[in-house]
Amino acid sequence: MNQMPEVIRTIPLEFYLYFSTALFAIGVIGVLTRRNAIVIFMCVELMLNAVNVLMVALSSYRSDPNGQIFVFFIMAVAAAEVTVGLAIIVMIYRNLRTTDVQLLNYLKW
Amino acid sequence: MQEVVMPINNQEMALLCLLVPLLPFIGFLINGLGNRKLPKALVGLLGSGTVLASFLISVYLFIDFTSNGSRPYIVDLYNWFTVGSLEIGFSFMIDQLTLLMLLMVTGIGFLIHVYSAGYMSHDEGYGKFFAYLNLFMFSMLLLVMGSNYVMMFVGWEGVGLCSYLLIGFWNKNHNYNNAAKKAFIMNRIGDLGFLLGIFLIFITFGSVSYPEVFLSASQMTGLTDSGVMIAITMLLFVGAMGKSAQIPLFTWLPDAMAGPTPVSALIHAATMVTAGIYMVLRSNVLYVLAPTTMEFIAIIGLATALLAATIGLAQNDIKKVLAYSTVSQLGFMFLALGVMAFSSSIFHVLTHAFFKALLFLGAGSVIHAVSNEQDIRNMGGLRKWLPITFITFLIGTLAISGIPPFAGFFSKDELLAHVFEHNKLMWALGLLASFMTSFYMFRLLFLTFFGKFRGTEAQRSHLHESPSSMTIPLIVLAILSTVGGFIGLPAVFSDTHTLGNFLSPIYDLARRANGAALEPAHIDHATEYILMAVSVVVSVIAIIIAYVMYVKKETVPAPEGTRLSPIHNLIYNKYYIDEIYDTVFVRPVMAMSTAFHRFIDVIVVDGIVNGFGKLVMASGRVLRLTQSGVIGFYVFVMVASIVLILFLNFFIA
Repeated sequence: MNQMPEVIRTIPLEFYLYFSTALFAIGVIGVLTRRNAIVIFMCVELMLNAVNVLMVALSSYRSDPNGQIFVFFIMAVAAAEVTVGLAIIVMIYRNLRTTDVQLLNYLKW
Repeated sequence: MQEVVMPINNQEMALLCLLVPLLPFIGFLINGLGNRKLPKALVGLLGSGTVLASFLISVYLFIDFTSNGSRPYIVDLYNWFTVGSLEIGFSFMIDQLTLLMLLMVTGIGFLIHVYSAGYMSHDEGYGKFFAYLNLFMFSMLLLVMGSNYVMMFVGWEGVGLCSYLLIGFWNKNHNYNNAAKKAFIMNRIGDLGFLLGIFLIFITFGSVSYPEVFLSASQMTGLTDSGVMIAITMLLFVGAMGKSAQIPLFTWLPDAMAGPTPVSALIHAATMVTAGIYMVLRSNVLYVLAPTTMEFIAIIGLATALLAATIGLAQNDIKKVLAYSTVSQLGFMFLALGVMAFSSSIFHVLTHAFFKALLFLGAGSVIHAVSNEQDIRNMGGLRKWLPITFITFLIGTLAISGIPPFAGFFSKDELLAHVFEHNKLMWALGLLASFMTSFYMFRLLFLTFFGKFRGTEAQRSHLHESPSSMTIPLIVLAILSTVGGFIGLPAVFSDTHTLGNFLSPIYDLARRANGAALEPAHIDHATEYILMAVSVVVSVIAIIIAYVMYVKKETVPAPEGTRLSPIHNLIYNKYYIDEIYDTVFVRPVMAMSTAFHRFIDVIVVDGIVNGFGKLVMASGRVLRLTQSGVIGFYVFVMVASIVLILFLNFFIA
């Protein structure tokens, strides 16, 4: 069985770049345009994973394991963030009966 | 020969030298900190005792100095500070001039401290007064003992400060405070000149220590009357003008009479005001190298002597008359310096210290007796009530008028003889000033002690002779004023001029630098007798005129508000010099300050400072609108900013 870095290297690096850029852009646009807090949350996950993909690809192309270590960190932090974030969203929904972020504008001057 | 002044290796002597200024300083600390808490008797004892101890040590130093071959030495205590090549040591120089000043300052200072114990006994600021007096003694001793110009400057500023504090001693009176401020500011003008002079000395000679400066000044060639020497000496003389009240900076001294009378005697007659003369004398090497400055000093001195003497003719305040006579006598001393009669000048400083301190203390005794009345128009006939004061005051007056054998005769006669040799016209004018001095001093004496008492009945019932703590200093000073002149007998009476011989070594370097200028006076005995006779006759004539006017005819100066003849009015109002200064300097400066306050301070400075405040407030008011609470907007701004940063990063830089 081939080793994982070699498998990854069967696809050219540019493709990873295009793919993760696209994924990241979709995430950004999603965050900017959507009003539902859960969808925004999912878009943030998209951006995180776009970075993860790029990290793994570059790490194997450059034979540097540091990138993959960062990926583990990002996944762990994202998991923790999801639990806290979803809990907040649930609380917001219970109080306001909506998850529309446009209506959450009480915190201002 | 004063080649290089040697440092002293004897630790005990060094300690003694240090104790001279240190003891009054300790007195200042104890009296100053214990103000109001210490009993009055202890305050007086401490104040006078420390000065007495300094005096005794000075006497010991003097005896030790003369018995060890009169070799000047330096007491290096520690290195005060070092900046680049400039090293200032906290060190004392003991030589003939220093010792003479030490004895004079501590001796007269002690007598005046004793006198103050009686004079100020009813004052609530008793402790404060003695603390200031002791601080003054400390500063004055630093001034005369320091071995470099920076030490002298420290003492110079210290005595200026004490003068300010003591003129404004009764600080509840606004006029007194103004007089104190005037003295301080006028002295500051002089101090600036002095300071610039010190800088120039350092630039020229690379040192400010007396032995080094004077040695290199005497060895450098081509210095005589060069621009730099004239600049140095002129700048130093500006300092002397301020401290010793010469034209144009003399108007503070008469106003300084606002202070308690012992202060006028100690600071504004006997010691501090002679600091300028001490400084010129100390720098004699530099001054003989600048004959132009010397000529200038002589002219200023003569002009001051004449101007102050004429003003003195018409004053009615007992202390003001004495103040103007002090200014006039200081003018005489500078006249002597100007004609390079250095020893005569210091001789006159010494005798003047005796008789002027005596006169001021006598005036204080009179003021004490007549319940703080200072106007001689309201006195008269006081000799019946104040016999001791009268006799001592008479001796002082005779001394200042130059009647033999009192001290003033010898010093003034010697001084005028040197002036005669230098310039006949100056001598004639000096004689005129001397004539006026005799006249106004006897006018003062006659109006105060002769005739009938012109004060109120309440004052008459209080008339009394002063306590013994006040009369004893008067008697001692009277004795000194009588015999003080014998230390400098003129050549016709004695072969040796004791004071002149004693001081001679301090001019060694000056002789080497510019020997021709310092040639001793060659006056034959006949001329000297004639000069003496002339000055005595002139004084006697003045006394007779004063006697006829104020005792025979019982003239009393016109009361306030009467119309006077134009010249009399001019003199009575002191030539309107204060008013001229007020118009020319004070008011423009005041107007300028007001204008600067209104324009620069209120509009420009405040405008900038308040403008920044307003800018922050206004921008805050606008920028807070961006905090809308809409998350989408925040995210958008964040993304847009990141894109912008990346764009700038990749495509611009």
